[in-house]
Amino acid sequence: MRAYLDNGATTPVAKEVVETMLPYFTERFGHPTFLYSLGQEAADAVDQSQKTIARTINAKSGEILFTSSATEANDIALRGVVYANRKRGNHIITTKIENPSILRTCERLEGEGFKIDYLPVDGEGFVDVSKLKEKLNDKTILVSVANVNDEIGTIEPVEEIGKLLRDQKEKIYFHVNAAAGYARVPFDVEQIGADLVSLSAHKIHGPKGVGALYIREGTPVEPVSYGYISLFKLKPGTENIPGIVGLAKAAELAFDGFERHTNHMKKLRDKLISGFERVPYSVINGPRGDKRSPANASCSFKGLEGESMLMHLDLNGISVATGSACSTTKLEPSHVLTAIGVKPEVAHGTIRFTLSRYNTEEEIDYTLEVVPRVVEQLRKISPVKPEEL
Amino acid sequence: MPVEYTERGMLKYTKKLIERFKNPKNVGEIENPTVVATEGDPTCGDMFKMFLKIENGRIEDVKFLSFGCAANIATGDMTADLIKGKTVEEAGKLQIKEIADGLGGLPAIKMHCATLAYRTLKKALTKYKQKQAGGAQARPKG
Repeated sequence: MRAYLDNGATTPVAKEVVETMLPYFTERFGHPTFLYSLGQEAADAVDQSQKTIARTINAKSGEILFTSSATEANDIALRGVVYANRKRGNHIITTKIENPSILRTCERLEGEGFKIDYLPVDGEGFVDVSKLKEKLNDKTILVSVANVNDEIGTIEPVEEIGKLLRDQKEKIYFHVNAAAGYARVPFDVEQIGADLVSLSAHKIHGPKGVGALYIREGTPVEPVSYGYISLFKLKPGTENIPGIVGLAKAAELAFDGFERHTNHMKKLRDKLISGFERVPYSVINGPRGDKRSPANASCSFKGLEGESMLMHLDLNGISVATGSACSTTKLEPSHVLTAIGVKPEVAHGTIRFTLSRYNTEEEIDYTLEVVPRVVEQLRKISPVKPEEL
Repeated sequence: MPVEYTERGMLKYTKKLIERFKNPKNVGEIENPTVVATEGDPTCGDMFKMFLKIENGRIEDVKFLSFGCAANIATGDMTADLIKGKTVEEAGKLQIKEIADGLGGLPAIKMHCATLAYRTLKKALTKYKQKQAGGAQARPKG
């Protein structure tokens, strides 16, 4: 049996998505800026895709920029907005648990003289909005918080943050990295008051190499890369038309069955979590219930090391990520687990299981059969006693 | 290098390493070992505990416990195989490279696993020598 439980890293592309994309490689291959019908067909495909994406987050179609990834969307959002607003201020607020794509850009901005506050989070990964409020000052121009944490699944109070920011005298732009949350939790740009939102195709059964950035009308954004301008000033280069069409189709499929898909994932998630709780010396990371992404189950198994667990699960056909999916080679415990107060020796034994609508109950049952066996096997050969951690 | 490839991109294990990781022959403990040594730290994510049974200056048995990645387990197992049956002096000459070579190579960022196995062995051998020296001194005094 096989179980792919690393959908937070990437997902298989839906067959319908592939079918929708294929004609755009061979038949409708035109360049979207040219007037002949092939070109117009491509331009129409981009327009339609903008509309589709806009609908899923309650935006206007002209507010959707296609990018090559959520990482690129994050970079354009952060650098684009702060460069365009640097006369007004140089202060940015984000959190300690953001994805590296945010943190790396922030590091660079710090080097350029911007001041950045990284908000702490509580033991379940929640940002304290009152702490954010304390950090606001007249130099603050941007706040960036992911609506769902990609490692532990915490759903952040972005609506509250958006409200706080809207209540300020001076405009403070609000960016939400929704790569892990898109199509998992409802998202309405008006309700949340987000000015910029990053999305990814390959995390929702779309193709790799495509993302999108929602930019609220009137938000000043300076280009961060330059070159040949096709349709969008902020993203030079000829558009990845098959990819864009694929993203839109993936979004359509995900949102058409949103309730059904997320309920299915929630059921599997809760089954996994209660299964892990029965394993001795295990700790669930992140919140339970409605404040947790339907797709995420993260568990630390004390007394063992995550990579060995990952490898043994792989030998049993189960694909997972270690707790620090994004720092596999850094050999340091994940910054997210550290931020929620997990001790490093426990953080090292963390596994992240992430679901998609394609996972089945049988796969979960199988996983819950294999996991305790592997945990026991690794603990047996470990010099570290779980009860002492 | 015109295009720098990331360390993550180069993280691949050899078949030999995976085979050792799957079926390590030398994991476990030895009852009444001659010497035990522990190296590493669970807060860093890797730790070894090595048990040696030494008779007449020869390593008769080696077992180890591992808290660590697949490379950690495999290097521990390889090290045990490389020193089993050897004299203490011979085992003292083991090189880190031999451990890695025995596994068909190690990714650069996993070389520290071989180093940790090596350090654990060195510690065990030093402890053994101290014990021997201590014993030798103790006897005439006793």
